[in-house]
Amino acid sequence: MDFATLLQMLDATLRLATPLLLACLAGLFSERAGIFDIGLEGKMLAAAFLSAAIAAVSGSVWLGLFAGIGASMMLSVVHGLASITFRGNQLISGVAINFLAAGLTVVIAQSWFRQGGRTPQLTGDARFNPIDLPFAEALQNVPILGPIYYELISGHTILVYVALLMVPLTWWILFRTRFGLRLRAVGENPAAVDTAGVSVIWLRFAAVGICGILCGIAGAYLATALQAGFVKDMSAGRGFIALAALIFAKWRPWYALYACLLFGFLQAMSLRPDVIENVVGFQVNGQFLDVLPYILTVVILAGFVGKAIPPRAGGEPYVKER
Amino acid sequence: MDVMPKWADVILIPLISILLAAILSALVILAIGENPWEALKLMVDGALGSTYGWGYTLYYATNFIFTGLAVSIAFHARMFNIGGEGQALIGGLGVAIICLFIPWPHWSLALLGATIGAAIFGAAWAAIPAFLQAKRGSHIVITTIMFNFIAAAVLNYFLIGALKAPGMEPATPKFPEATHLPSFQDMFNFGETTFFRGAPANITFFVALAACVALWALIWKTRLGYEIRSFGHSETAAKYAGISPTKIIMVAMLISGALAGMMAINNVQGEAERLVLNAVEGAGFIGIAVALMGRSHPFGVLLAALLFGFLYQGGAELALWTSIPRELIIVIQALVILFTGALDNMVRMPLERLFLSMRRAKQ
Repeated sequence: MDFATLLQMLDATLRLATPLLLACLAGLFSERAGIFDIGLEGKMLAAAFLSAAIAAVSGSVWLGLFAGIGASMMLSVVHGLASITFRGNQLISGVAINFLAAGLTVVIAQSWFRQGGRTPQLTGDARFNPIDLPFAEALQNVPILGPIYYELISGHTILVYVALLMVPLTWWILFRTRFGLRLRAVGENPAAVDTAGVSVIWLRFAAVGICGILCGIAGAYLATALQAGFVKDMSAGRGFIALAALIFAKWRPWYALYACLLFGFLQAMSLRPDVIENVVGFQVNGQFLDVLPYILTVVILAGFVGKAIPPRAGGEPYVKER
Repeated sequence: MDVMPKWADVILIPLISILLAAILSALVILAIGENPWEALKLMVDGALGSTYGWGYTLYYATNFIFTGLAVSIAFHARMFNIGGEGQALIGGLGVAIICLFIPWPHWSLALLGATIGAAIFGAAWAAIPAFLQAKRGSHIVITTIMFNFIAAAVLNYFLIGALKAPGMEPATPKFPEATHLPSFQDMFNFGETTFFRGAPANITFFVALAACVALWALIWKTRLGYEIRSFGHSETAAKYAGISPTKIIMVAMLISGALAGMMAINNVQGEAERLVLNAVEGAGFIGIAVALMGRSHPFGVLLAALLFGFLYQGGAELALWTSIPRELIIVIQALVILFTGALDNMVRMPLERLFLSMRRAKQ
């Protein structure tokens, strides 16, 4: 494999890792606050649809992005009501949200656009277009670093950079602010937070809300940046891969970045079977690469490679003592 | 003392939940510019208006009985088996291998063999998540989700490799004639009048009914069932009573996986008579809705499975005759899961308050 191909692969890795990373950080906020969320997939899908639909109608991708975040937030509210207010089962609520999104997006898409459950192709300003970082053209011919800067770092859509910036931001919020400390505490021992006079309900809703925003961006990225429009089931299990990455990263932001880059790299590889064949010398089953994230996660969960310990109060509705 | 009488818990709450789901579904239909009442009439007519419609309704219901029972038995041990989809896929692999490679003399023996094969394959697929839950404490929900994806890949691997029939399509060859299960059309053929013509319902429906009875007996009439239920109510109490958590988790999940796998005798051996990709078509997930609505009781599961069979067949008819896409059924399914599962307390809390105030008024 030559240098140019490697750069291409890494470029694809970054693009494919972005929705995973956003969804993974979304799950991180939610689960650190003690709310399991297997509805990441559904929220992404709903956001992907509404962002593409609004962008197609209005011609503005920014309106689309806000609409996508709105769609995702609606589902977050449902999840919050079910799992915080009514103390229902968070996992069942997540399953319901996934199906709700899978069904509603197609039903509404068919009703609005009559194109078999897809939205019209997005063009021009209705999409997030690549932005060239300063001096990318000029530095292109500098050996090694020039192509890296030009091919790999420059020329992505703004959401890619947003996702990357979210990693230090998430770390800072969770580990350097009072809000973050309380948010983590509410996932470990809500009773202690309650005793300190801080509202458990409010904190958990805030976490679920942040989760909704990030899933919304992830979904909008899928439909308006990675691809040009919504198609049925376009999230294609990415919400679950993000969940896998979250466990792989043991609920920590920087490790989430590495896990998502790894899983993104696997996805990029399965798109380029010719490259892998050149490198390893034999044909690798693309299916195998696609499920490798899941297999790796099961191995991690099995505790053979370190132990993944989730937040202690995760999945438990908080009931004030009476 | 319970706040509510038992009938309210078993009948009233599910009914209200379904009603809420139905109202919201009707609003969705209204919103996309169709008439909900007309839609309902079309669904009833298409699913229950002819023996052909019934044949499809019962065929779908058979699938959902198996997956619903699978989720139920896991619920009794307070586990959420979300992996019915994958277990049913792998069960299909078992059925295909048994039907293709063993020369069966008669369909009855083939049915027996395929049932055992499907159950073993399904149980094996549930065994690893169960083991990891019991021994390593890995959350069963996460592992079973992962195993759904891995199952799809495994199936794909076999269908483009070892088991592939000649041709382009990733599918096994057609099963031999001897493994053909009697369909309702074969069974209810009285000379001139043939019932269930062309519908896929087959003898597996009765296997599903038997499974309901067997599971009911297992849960409420045996020592093992008692142990499973007590483990589900309180793990610490069960441990104190000398019940091994490892054993209960393993056994409950193996039964669950076996039941989900057994769905394959209906859709793989009974209907398609060959194994194709995506043979399960989401039935594993519908099992969740069915189990929640049926309150994890085999009889409730039967009723809920019939309802979902009706919805499935009715939804297909809707998609055929109106502009309402099939995915509407997924919305209804999601609403049922939401109201009967996650938002249970939303219905329950006001009802409990109502019953409490009624009781006070009486005193």
